[in-house]
Amino acid sequence: MSNDAKTVSEAYESGLTGASERVAEFHEKDSPLKRLQHWLHTTPSAVPMIVLLLALLFFGFATSNFFKAGTLSTILQQIAIVGILGCAQTLVVLTAGIDLSVGAIAVFSSVLMGQFTFRYGIPAPLSIILGLGLGTLMGAMNGFLIARIKLPPFIVTLGTWQILLAANFIYSANETIRSSDIEAQAPALRFWGNDIVFFADAAVKNSGVKVLYAVFLMIVLVAVMAYVLRHTAWGRHVYATGDDPQAAALAGVPTGRVLIQVYALAGLFCAIAGWVMIGRFGSVSPTASTGQLGNIQSITAVVIGGISLFGGRGSIIGMFFGALIVGVFEMGLRLIGTDPQWTFFLIGVLIILAVAVDQWIRKASA
Amino acid sequence: MTTEPILKARGLVKRYGKVTALDECDFDLMPGEILAVIGDNGAGKSSLIKAISGAILPDDGKIWLEGRDVIFRNPIEAREAGIETVYQTLAMSPALSIADNMFMGRELRKPGFIGKYFRKLDRPAMEKFAREKLNELGLMTIQNINQAVETLSGGQRQGVAVARAAAFGSKVVILDEPTAALGVKESRRVLELIRDVRKRGIPIILISHNMPHVFEIADRIHIHRLGRRLCVIRPQDYTMSDAVAFMTGAKLPEGVTEAA
Ligand SMILES: Nc1ncnc2c1ncn2[C@@H]1O[C@H](COP(=O)(O)OP(=O)(O)OP(=O)(O)O)[C@@H](O)[C@H]1O
Ligand SMILES: [Mg+2]
Repeated sequence: MSNDAKTVSEAYESGLTGASERVAEFHEKDSPLKRLQHWLHTTPSAVPMIVLLLALLFFGFATSNFFKAGTLSTILQQIAIVGILGCAQTLVVLTAGIDLSVGAIAVFSSVLMGQFTFRYGIPAPLSIILGLGLGTLMGAMNGFLIARIKLPPFIVTLGTWQILLAANFIYSANETIRSSDIEAQAPALRFWGNDIVFFADAAVKNSGVKVLYAVFLMIVLVAVMAYVLRHTAWGRHVYATGDDPQAAALAGVPTGRVLIQVYALAGLFCAIAGWVMIGRFGSVSPTASTGQLGNIQSITAVVIGGISLFGGRGSIIGMFFGALIVGVFEMGLRLIGTDPQWTFFLIGVLIILAVAVDQWIRKASA
Repeated sequence: MTTEPILKARGLVKRYGKVTALDECDFDLMPGEILAVIGDNGAGKSSLIKAISGAILPDDGKIWLEGRDVIFRNPIEAREAGIETVYQTLAMSPALSIADNMFMGRELRKPGFIGKYFRKLDRPAMEKFAREKLNELGLMTIQNINQAVETLSGGQRQGVAVARAAAFGSKVVILDEPTAALGVKESRRVLELIRDVRKRGIPIILISHNMPHVFEIADRIHIHRLGRRLCVIRPQDYTMSDAVAFMTGAKLPEGVTEAA
């Protein structure tokens, strides 16, 4: 009888009368280590920021001419392309994926922009738009295979990396477009290679600090994506999709659509990086090293930047710090005059450390 | 009874490989009622509510909401139709905050220009709402509504999930074992909340293994066995041990002959 039920419940729940109305709170006696763990857990870009500051301090003392505006602007210039590819990689890694095709999309897009202009005589601005669109499409294709056909991201992008790079060589017939031709006929292609000169001394030729447009573009893109990921519903959905896709889907996130959008947007960022490459290198070259190295460099920035390869954790600002750390190491070690291999040696150590720290931070939740 | 069920299903079938989780299952939920669903582990209770809420697509069968036949291809469609569900697994993103989780998939944007063109989330409004709902539930004073869900205890997480469903459900609220991880006091609060939701005229489907709770709160009890509805009883007409006997197959209710 329902009355039985009532009495059964009442029998043990009567113990509640006079119970404290204080409700569950947290009274953890936190050790400093535990608090550090928790702080890092809520501030994922803190670790790379600290590493970056330490690296800057070290190289500042170890070399005499490190803290010069020229040196710093060169570092930024060196990481502009990796930073933009890193934006693409960040998005993908946040969804617990990986994109090995970023470099290939960048190079292929730059080749498409160049060839459209020079082979078919399409006006450069239109070629650029077409190149950006095709890059987005290449990314969307990755996304489709991953979200709809449900293939693992590693395999899909391993495949498209080879496919796109090969298509790039076949289409361009391995032909480089020379920088003098671009300069003369299609300056829009090398737009991001323009610079602004700060602190110039009018009396001295070539004085001052040159900062490429590409550097500003990278910073703006990072800032925009930081805003989008943190302050829009779509950004939250990207995190939720990477964190626990089943839970996200049950909670009302269209995870399949989010994945396709993420890979498509990554494709767009890669195509933008391709456009920037033309400005940085002057020419359009299908054999640019970015095609082979872009993925490793961007993954390095992402991992050192404290973004979890398991998805759902980390911030794009961290990736930016990660890219800067690599740039600072390269420059600093060169100024010290060591064997350049030490750069790669130390980057390797940093990658492993970063993942170890990530594992440790993730334990804060357990 | 002359009133039509608000939610009705006939002949639902769901197979997972060789396992038949739902075997020609029928289901009725009347307007304004609290319907408990009980059954052994693995009887197919969760599969049933997943089929109703769009989390799985049944292999066969039909579903009607307010007399119109509906097919929910995903939980979003069910939610848009007003069916709000707390799944047994809770469906929360551990790394995101309580407020983010409560509003997942229906975030509030800032009013005006910033919200419209920059699509900026209205965090203060979402946090205020989340705090209110959690206080209403009295389940916890969470000091920081921005803390990640993974830093909550199991019961607190369940509280957040229940609060989310109760706050947003407009036609049907489904709770799959909402008190499983809760303490005595917190379970009582959830039962009160269920009554509050019913007072708003919204019917509730409650899956629970807690017989005293079920017998206390339910208007009708759907007994699920081997992937189908064995019978529906009124708590006044039977004892808890009867219900357990039906559920486990030790006894058959009058007028039911078990097919198997
Ligand atoms: N995703 C799945 N894949 C394979 N089999 C499944 C899956 N989900 C459920 N099943 C099977 O379907 C049957 C019914 O499961 P269901 O979760 O609906 O049971 P339940 O009545 O909710 O049990 P409990 O009381 O333990 O929650 C079980 O035999 C289970 O093993
Ligand atoms: Mg279940």
